[in-house]
Amino acid sequence: MVYEAGKYEVVVIGAGHAGCEAALASARMGCSTLLVTMSVEYIALMPCNPSIGGPAKAQLVREIDALGGEMGINIDKSSIQMRLINTGKGPAVQALRAQADKHEYGREMIKTILGQEKLQLLMAEVEKIESEDGEVKAIVTRTGARYECQTVVVTSGTYLKGRIIAGEVMYDGGPGNQFPAVKLSDNLQEMGIKLGRFKTGTPPRIDRKTVDFSKMVEHPGDSVPWRFSFISAPPTQAQLPCWLTHSTPETHRIVMDNIARAPLFTGVIKGKGPRYCPSFEDKVVRFAHKTSHQLFIEPEGRDTDEMYVQGLNTSLPEDVQIQVLHSIPGLEHVHMMRTGYAIEYDYVIPTQAQLTLESKVISGLFTAGQINGTSGYEEAAAQGLMAGINAALRVQHREPFILKRSEAFIGVMIDDLVTKEADEPYRLLTSRAEYRLLLRQDNADLRLTEKGKQLGLVDDYRWKLFQTKLKLLEEATQALKTTTFTPADTEVEKFLIGKASALLRDRISLWEMLRRPELTIQDFVEQGWLKTSGHEILEQLEIQAKYEGYINKQKEQVQRFERMENKRIPADIDYHGVYSLSNEALQKLKEIRPQSIGHASRISGVTPADINILLIFLEKRRN
Amino acid sequence: MFEDDIAALSTPPGEGGIGIIRLSGHEVIEKVGEIFVPVTGKALSQRHGYTLNLGWIIDQDGSKIDQVLLGIMKAPHSYTGEDVVEINCHGGSMPVRRCLQRCLEAGLRMAEPGEFTKRAFLNGRMELSQAEAVIDIIRAKTDRGLKLAMQQLEGNLGYIEAIEENLLQLNAMVEASLDFPEEVGELDYDEVQTILRQSIVALDQIVAAGVRNEIYRDGVKVVICGKPNVGKSSLLNALLKKEKAIVTDLPGTTRDVVEDYINVHDIPVKIMDTAGIRLTEDLVEKIGVEKSIKVIEQADMLVFMLDSGDGITQADLDIYKMIDRDKLIVFVNKEDLEIKRISTVELDSLFAGVKLIQGSAKNDLGLEELEMAMEEMVLSGTLPGDGLDIMINLRQKDALLRSREQVESALQSLRQVTADCLGVDIWGALETLGEVSGKTLKEEVINRIFHNFCIGK
Repeated sequence: MVYEAGKYEVVVIGAGHAGCEAALASARMGCSTLLVTMSVEYIALMPCNPSIGGPAKAQLVREIDALGGEMGINIDKSSIQMRLINTGKGPAVQALRAQADKHEYGREMIKTILGQEKLQLLMAEVEKIESEDGEVKAIVTRTGARYECQTVVVTSGTYLKGRIIAGEVMYDGGPGNQFPAVKLSDNLQEMGIKLGRFKTGTPPRIDRKTVDFSKMVEHPGDSVPWRFSFISAPPTQAQLPCWLTHSTPETHRIVMDNIARAPLFTGVIKGKGPRYCPSFEDKVVRFAHKTSHQLFIEPEGRDTDEMYVQGLNTSLPEDVQIQVLHSIPGLEHVHMMRTGYAIEYDYVIPTQAQLTLESKVISGLFTAGQINGTSGYEEAAAQGLMAGINAALRVQHREPFILKRSEAFIGVMIDDLVTKEADEPYRLLTSRAEYRLLLRQDNADLRLTEKGKQLGLVDDYRWKLFQTKLKLLEEATQALKTTTFTPADTEVEKFLIGKASALLRDRISLWEMLRRPELTIQDFVEQGWLKTSGHEILEQLEIQAKYEGYINKQKEQVQRFERMENKRIPADIDYHGVYSLSNEALQKLKEIRPQSIGHASRISGVTPADINILLIFLEKRRN
Repeated sequence: MFEDDIAALSTPPGEGGIGIIRLSGHEVIEKVGEIFVPVTGKALSQRHGYTLNLGWIIDQDGSKIDQVLLGIMKAPHSYTGEDVVEINCHGGSMPVRRCLQRCLEAGLRMAEPGEFTKRAFLNGRMELSQAEAVIDIIRAKTDRGLKLAMQQLEGNLGYIEAIEENLLQLNAMVEASLDFPEEVGELDYDEVQTILRQSIVALDQIVAAGVRNEIYRDGVKVVICGKPNVGKSSLLNALLKKEKAIVTDLPGTTRDVVEDYINVHDIPVKIMDTAGIRLTEDLVEKIGVEKSIKVIEQADMLVFMLDSGDGITQADLDIYKMIDRDKLIVFVNKEDLEIKRISTVELDSLFAGVKLIQGSAKNDLGLEELEMAMEEMVLSGTLPGDGLDIMINLRQKDALLRSREQVESALQSLRQVTADCLGVDIWGALETLGEVSGKTLKEEVINRIFHNFCIGK
């Protein structure tokens, strides 16, 4: 019996990382939003590695934060350890990484959601999305509640027809032993949306009390109080360490002896898994020459004894998992609290989405997160934010919000998703960004805060902080550029000799001096030549000065890139009418419907000759 | 690719009076400004459209290559609708080629066939029917050009592939250490250095082979010189095996520069006879002599002739003074005469270290020896290509050289910049190389990362 339960402008299905961002963004932009979840207890769950950040992902979190999203703020409230990765490799690849207190993370997110105006939380399973004339109309839950809505954002993660596999044991289920979402999957297909099947996995969890830490190497967090969010206060609690151990030849022997029982090799698992997150058994088989693989033991929280065995992602039978654990130094007597497993799930092939993450098949329907075939909480959150924003913009009849590849990692990711064919879950890498030097974690706020303000997601507090920062930056930059020294300055001479740096031959500004690798901006502050204005400002200036050459190189590349991106392709173009396109190009262009020549050129199968033809055709049309 | 500044020769290649290089694009005026020095007046960027500007195209070290007239047409009032510059050179393939080379060095790229016309249409400067014709041309050239390119590539691909492979591995190494620092660990800078150095060697080899084969494709200019009546025209004819130059016994007969191609062991050699150089009052002869001197300056190789019967005279020495000793063969002619007036001692002292051949043009003596010496000398200036049978066109060579530049840049800055900056050049080198074979290699790098490194948590 279906009954009318209410009306909302935006409905978000699934309260994982993507769903939370989508719902919060939509509500904050003023749309009435319903967030539907099958389990209120598992909001913003981290079913796999309880960590946020790392290379490429930290950049995403910072960008989400700069736009007014929640992930950065949330992890700052609930981290147990923070480390800066890739120090010394340059600012473009430096990345912050936090170990999260898994439960705390979820609790803080629930608090935020419950406290958000215009946002309503509902526990239910959505079975059907109603549409009429190719447009979204309502959603219907398993218990018959029908909610009318203008847009739907589906962020169901890996729940669509989820199937758990551990050795010979298989059953339908979502992550963390939840119910899977079965009907919704069928519903999407009925609407004409094509689905694929992927798999991912998770390692066992062990009881802290049974671990022998003396056999492992301690990995503490950094002593510097890092923050993800540009507006968070410094942390107050002490950090917890992680522990490093490794597998042994014995471990590998156990795996190989039981390989016949491994689902990956028995062919039971049909979904394709990600290469960058292979199962342990996969690693042992593929890199047989390696006698040991490193494993990190990570605490899952401050008030739990569960620990996560990073690197031991597996779907081997439970009894084998226990043997494997016992062969690892420090884990000889460990008690396994949760079994590791592989999970197969349906996902929506993302080339069916536009750059706004709105479906090309059903208008008003958005998909974000792992349902789009990505992996990672950060990737999900970023998509959720963008989908939530665009859903709200659609309701408000405003221009959609799209970030370019030259503006943000978020832009790189979404452009990749809707353009490329994927045969494995998509994970963001810094190498996917052409303009990595410009898209750093340290300048996310400079790039995106203003856009967040225009959308209505940046509150006064953040905006004020940002304006202050801009002013300080401007002042300090001016100071650096206008403070000059001549070879006659003996103080400077002494300083340079002390730093084994070349003496001056002409008048030089502090800015130019900063380019020298052996000098730092801290030196200038200590010498009294520059007023100190906070670590962030100093770091930003130093990066801008030292990398000016390479940064300018990339900026030139961006100019050329943007000229191609600005050559728009009309939405109503009929590719069949484009004389002499290659067959493959025709297929792909029809399917993906790129918005610009630049975008078209990135589609595999579209050659430079095809682009030429397209350009000529567009010119013809203009006349 | 479609937004680049392009350059091309607009006049037929050869020895015409004027050679015109046409440039089109958003930044051509700025780029030409770097290689052009006006005779007087304002900088190029401040000149108006529809002006002709006199000045010099200069080399990297500032030396003058050619005096040119630069025509500037500012967008949209130009052939293509973009900024257009037309460089009117003095003609003769040498200066025009050098000017074109300088344009490429300034950051332009060679235009595709029909590209100017295509841009003209895209910018609304031309009609549809004309453009449709262009499409046909592009397509035809593409199919045929594709076939030709494929044929070339059948041979080329192997060598480019080896370098590509090296750079792919390198990129995977660098990117893996950046994106998966905990599994992969630190970058091995020694290994990076080794691979970069290997790449430079390999790139140089390919370019060298290409340059060497350019000689087979474009030919070389060999100039026969010497005092009047020493037998230059006879030698030319003997080599041509037909009558071309006018031979009389009177000195000063060849008034002009006579030239023709011969096949010297598969090398197209343009042999040029010159008017016997001597001080003369005769105006026509004077012009002939001036031309000859110019031609000698532009020769790839010289054959300096002596008259055995005459001995070595002051006139001979005067001419010899003008000759660049680098690419020189001395041909002592008229060895068929009874009385020889040049001694071995004289030859040894004057022409130490220079290739010497004695023979007789009239009697076909010493000609085979001469041809072999020419071949050897032509090829000796080039690096051995190790038997690489590669033909690379200007565009490919351009890409290979740019890639090499990026590898060099990475090598120079190896231990001085952070890994992310290094990555810019290392990826750049691979991406540019990809232009040669037409591949996009980014996904391949990512594939390599996962293939080579055990990654995963």
